[in-house]
Amino acid sequence: MSRNASDAADPTSDEILRFSNVSMRYGRGPEVLSDVSLSLPRGSFHFVTGPSGAGKSSLLKLIYLAARPAAGSVRLFGEDVTGMAPKDQPKVRRRIGVVFQDLLLLDHLSAFDNTALPLRIAGHKASEYRNDVAELLTWVGLGQRMHALPPTLAGGEKQRLAIARAVVNRPEILLADEPTGNVDHDMALRIYRLFVELNRLGTTVIIATHDQDLVARSARPVLHLDRGRLRPMPPQGPAE
Amino acid sequence: MSEPFDPQKWKPASFLPEAEARDPALIFVIGVLCFLACLMGLGVIAGARAAQGWASQLTGEATVIVRARGGETPDAAAARAAEALASVAGVTEARALEKEKAYALIEPWLGDVSDLDDLPVPRLVAVGLDDRKPATAETLDKALKAQGIDAVVDDHSVWIKDIKRAAGVVQWTAAAIFLLIAGAAGAVVAFATRAGIAARRDVVEVLHLAGAEDAQIANLFEMRFARIAAIAGAAGAGAAAALGGVLRLMGGEQGITPALPITWIDLIAVTPCPIWAALVAAVAARITARRLIQRL
Repeated sequence: MSRNASDAADPTSDEILRFSNVSMRYGRGPEVLSDVSLSLPRGSFHFVTGPSGAGKSSLLKLIYLAARPAAGSVRLFGEDVTGMAPKDQPKVRRRIGVVFQDLLLLDHLSAFDNTALPLRIAGHKASEYRNDVAELLTWVGLGQRMHALPPTLAGGEKQRLAIARAVVNRPEILLADEPTGNVDHDMALRIYRLFVELNRLGTTVIIATHDQDLVARSARPVLHLDRGRLRPMPPQGPAE
Repeated sequence: MSEPFDPQKWKPASFLPEAEARDPALIFVIGVLCFLACLMGLGVIAGARAAQGWASQLTGEATVIVRARGGETPDAAAARAAEALASVAGVTEARALEKEKAYALIEPWLGDVSDLDDLPVPRLVAVGLDDRKPATAETLDKALKAQGIDAVVDDHSVWIKDIKRAAGVVQWTAAAIFLLIAGAAGAVVAFATRAGIAARRDVVEVLHLAGAEDAQIANLFEMRFARIAAIAGAAGAGAAAALGGVLRLMGGEQGITPALPITWIDLIAVTPCPIWAALVAAVAARITARRLIQRL
């Protein structure tokens, strides 16, 4: 599998994501994000923190094009994706890996099939990726559970499977929404180290989390949301 | 202990579950619709053959009613008419019928007519016509008038027109019912697709967010429902062919009834049913799935 790292609009840009005065609301409800502006460099690692309802998941949804801003603009990979036509969205989504809060694993597919899903969608042949998928599952500690269906996996295993699926096509951005929400402390640390490793390989990582302990242990910049407004915070812990 | 997983032997699984709980019910409904459509098709074929048979029987002959005049006996007039008609182009045979046949025609109205020799009862001349280029009623009438014979020519054209009209009505009605059944099958598939997508919204959502194009997702549902419809279509067509075969066996040469003569070759007509069912299902599923996915 080849990494699609080309930046068609601005190949020299070091900026991978920019929000300019972005506001967002669901239907006619109140604003869940207000006047958010941010710029993330390629290869960076950020936490998004804030209390429940602060707009963390909404911020991620805007990035993976599952929602549109009510005002402002979003630039991704150097391209304005604010009002991107639905037919053009798949090619952008294929450059993003997402670990959803509720994981969204397909229960009728094996761990191997779930992981291979983004590669199949992108049109790769099985012969090109079957070894990579097996290697990745082994790397996340599921080498012995490749044939297992998600309902038979433990919470931490499901979480790691969702991460494997999110990173299998070497995305340029990895988004994770509460990836350590349902696992114990040790597993949370293992998952975090997985993200750090991916970041070292060049992936831009954005993690929305409630886990203040995890944030405190890292030396990563934090985007703190409070009632839909962004308040940058300094790194809260030692570098690993 | 289960066998260790071998990635080299791995075969990609279908994104949609192989089987759903509602599949048997859907197969049954589409199968019944296909069965009815095939029966309708067989009925149309048999009806068309029956109408064609009746029409060809009637077009192959004409009847001439000859009235004697000027002291000529009815038998002599009939013989003269037969002779005049036999030489007309497009006539293969002209034969004066015995007086008993003429009497038999008026018996229902007059009762015992065995002694009517004193009355000038008209005689009948049966005329055989060339199948490829039959003589018209006008030609026959002209030939008779040329010989001074008082006669009325009946080429059965009124009957033929009625039979053809009746056959046309039956065929158009059957075609309309056939289309109605195909439409119902399409509607059933569209409804099932809608329910299928609603039930599998999780799959659609995951595929969508993983970068699948609308057409890719719609194609999954299209293939799935086309396969189900093809299976149901084959079952329905098979049942209709089996019933047609039973009717053929029960009715012998002419099928169950001379009005609807089914032949063995007619049963081949049901073979495209699975393909048609799959096509209808695929189109219905594609339209429904694409509309629903775009609304997600």
